[in-house]
Amino acid sequence: MLSNIGNTLIILNILVTLIIIYSSHLSLKNQEVKISKKIYDLSLAQSTISIVTFFVLITGFIVSDFSLITVFQNSHIDKPLFYKISGTWGNHEGSLLLWINVLVLFSYFFLILNKKTLKNYRLSTLIIQNFLIFGFLLFLLINSNPFSLVFPTPNIGLGLNPILQDPALAIHPPLLYIGFVGSSIYFSAALASLITDFKGKLFATSIKLWVSISWVFQTLGIVVGSIWAYYELGWGGFWFWDPVENASLMPWFVMTALMHSLFVLEKRNTLYSWVIVLCLSTFTLSVTGTFLVRSGILNSVHTFANDPSRGLYILLFLSLMIFSSIGIFLKKYKKENYDFNANSKETFILINNWFMAFFLATVLIGTVYPIFTEVIGNIKISVGPPFYNIVILPLVIPFMIFMALAPNIKWIKNSLDNFLPLTIIIISAIFLNVLIINFFKPYSIQSSLITISSLFLIIHTLIDLIKCLKKKVNLDYSRIVSHLGFGLLVFFIGINHNFSIENDFNLKIGEKKIFENYKISFNSVKIEEQKNYKTIIGLFNITNLKDLSQETLKPEIRIYSNPETLTYETSIKSKLSYDLYLTMSNINRSDFYNIKFQKKPFMIWVWISAMMIALGGFMRIFKSEH
Amino acid sequence: MNIKFNYIILFGIPGFILLIFFLGLNTNNKYDTRELVGNQINNFKLIDIYENKTITNLDLKENNFTLINFWASWCSPCRAEHKYLMDLKSQTDLRIVGINFKDKEINAKNYLKELNNPYYFLAKDINGKISIKFGIYGIPESILVDRNLKIIKKYIGPINEKDFNEIIKIVTKL
Repeated sequence: MLSNIGNTLIILNILVTLIIIYSSHLSLKNQEVKISKKIYDLSLAQSTISIVTFFVLITGFIVSDFSLITVFQNSHIDKPLFYKISGTWGNHEGSLLLWINVLVLFSYFFLILNKKTLKNYRLSTLIIQNFLIFGFLLFLLINSNPFSLVFPTPNIGLGLNPILQDPALAIHPPLLYIGFVGSSIYFSAALASLITDFKGKLFATSIKLWVSISWVFQTLGIVVGSIWAYYELGWGGFWFWDPVENASLMPWFVMTALMHSLFVLEKRNTLYSWVIVLCLSTFTLSVTGTFLVRSGILNSVHTFANDPSRGLYILLFLSLMIFSSIGIFLKKYKKENYDFNANSKETFILINNWFMAFFLATVLIGTVYPIFTEVIGNIKISVGPPFYNIVILPLVIPFMIFMALAPNIKWIKNSLDNFLPLTIIIISAIFLNVLIINFFKPYSIQSSLITISSLFLIIHTLIDLIKCLKKKVNLDYSRIVSHLGFGLLVFFIGINHNFSIENDFNLKIGEKKIFENYKISFNSVKIEEQKNYKTIIGLFNITNLKDLSQETLKPEIRIYSNPETLTYETSIKSKLSYDLYLTMSNINRSDFYNIKFQKKPFMIWVWISAMMIALGGFMRIFKSEH
Repeated sequence: MNIKFNYIILFGIPGFILLIFFLGLNTNNKYDTRELVGNQINNFKLIDIYENKTITNLDLKENNFTLINFWASWCSPCRAEHKYLMDLKSQTDLRIVGINFKDKEINAKNYLKELNNPYYFLAKDINGKISIKFGIYGIPESILVDRNLKIIKKYIGPINEKDFNEIIKIVTKL
């Protein structure tokens, strides 16, 4: 039953999409100044159908309708309701439906919120966006249909991978999708702008809000994914340079560059072509990332079941997108003259863009290079953290210096009059770094430079904040919060990296382990039965031998029944100044447990600063609404 | 001319990347070392964990069969297969070369003290690079090679009773 409803809705949606394209096309030619009500209604209908389709699939998961192959493969009767629902987008087909919802909703809201802009520009955006929607709907219907039937209907489902049964992972995909699928709207708008000659400042104003929204959600999505990796994957790290993390980071770099360049386009009415290139690249990179992840061409934790036909479809679609955008861009491209003064805000924003382009190129090369070596030379290689650390980290130092300076540089031409305060800030940053090294322990020169430059950014931004609060002029709080967040993020990651304590060892129940001021006692284990898993909980006492403070940590080994999987749940005690992190795993046929203990200083501040970056973006959304 | 050049670059580079992606779709990216069976093992030189002696591929030619076993003290499936290695040592004239993968020397020695040492030669591979050269992607794994250094069998995962009997059969046939 649900299968029929779902399929009917998808087909209906395809029809509505085609009608929107057709009637918008007709409307382009007529002389009316306003867009007809019919198109608004059609768009609203399209949004409603998409949302209803999604709810039909959610219903399938809630009532455990195992006649649907997607539900059968990814759900189970015994699963808690919350994870039945989140299981809807924990698989390829369901997440594609979510993807289409984002495409459709952004299309609708762009249409209704931009009533002041040129009619033909809005209609063209709508047409292009609907071509995208059509492409993905077709893909959904033919290749990745979440409403496909499995016959005969199985009695039980295969269950959702236990590591995905987690609150962070329930919200991570929707956040990320609003981010990178949301970027589709300014992809469409950029092409529409080229076609209709709707240029410059007005164009910047029309997409500003959407760039901010997608940027904020992309940032949040990445952060939530990292938090999940930190406590779920059990090795204490939070960024792996895994192809799929890279796939989310690449559009983020371009979005960030775009957000900054939009200021220049809005204020100075220049950099138009560059902004267009950035708009087009963001969504292109999002689809490229999706291709890399979904086609199974790269192996990663996010690879869904491998299906080459799926990859082929996305690749065809991607090619079409890339070539038509390049074609339109070249046809409409007009050379612009940039005569920026070297010491002006424009130049500093361009510098931001160069850094972003560099980071993007590094991550892109690192991600796709293994595919190239394999196809061309049949050599299997993998590019890991050492590559990214060597190439990216040194560049973060000047990046943060420019990030601190740029906001206070004037448009058009700046004068050099703040030399003294800058020297004082630099000296205090160096002084603080010396203090840290003196009181704790020395670290490498590169780490020192990164700490100094992050402190420089933090102090400089704090001074800006004080200035803003005092004078109550030019209240750019959103920028201050984001930049401060970035400075703190780099600072705390550095501290965390340099001062973490880690130890692996084997213990039997009742034994103790003493090292570096810590005593770890393995007191007991208890076994508990939960709804869909059995768990072995270890009771550990961690004693700090310096101040004799005690903590109890309870890592678990969970045995899930559907699918039968063993997971190791980390036990984390988060405090303001450090996290205690403990995982245990059993060693077969022995009484020993393998214990991994870590003390990670300021871990919670890494998350708080990352959230601050996103918070700044939120503030910008509301500011641009005003 | 200039415009044409731009067109070629702007269409050519993405075109090339997309072509590689297309070709990449059809290559098997599941790294499967099972295909190594039948190949000859490469030249190697290993250093013993107990004393300062080395072993090379030429040393393996002395014996009819050699089983190269990759293990570590931290690997629990390795414990499961250990008794079969001990039995192989006592029941056949098969030589077992152990390669201790990403392990601490002291832990490895304690492990063998506890469970006994089946190895004719035990090499250390602290960073795991030697094992990778042998085409290993996880432990435990074992490769059975003959006198001519040809890989006859490859066992991914712990050796079980079935594998044990198979090895006995191969080794005692000659």
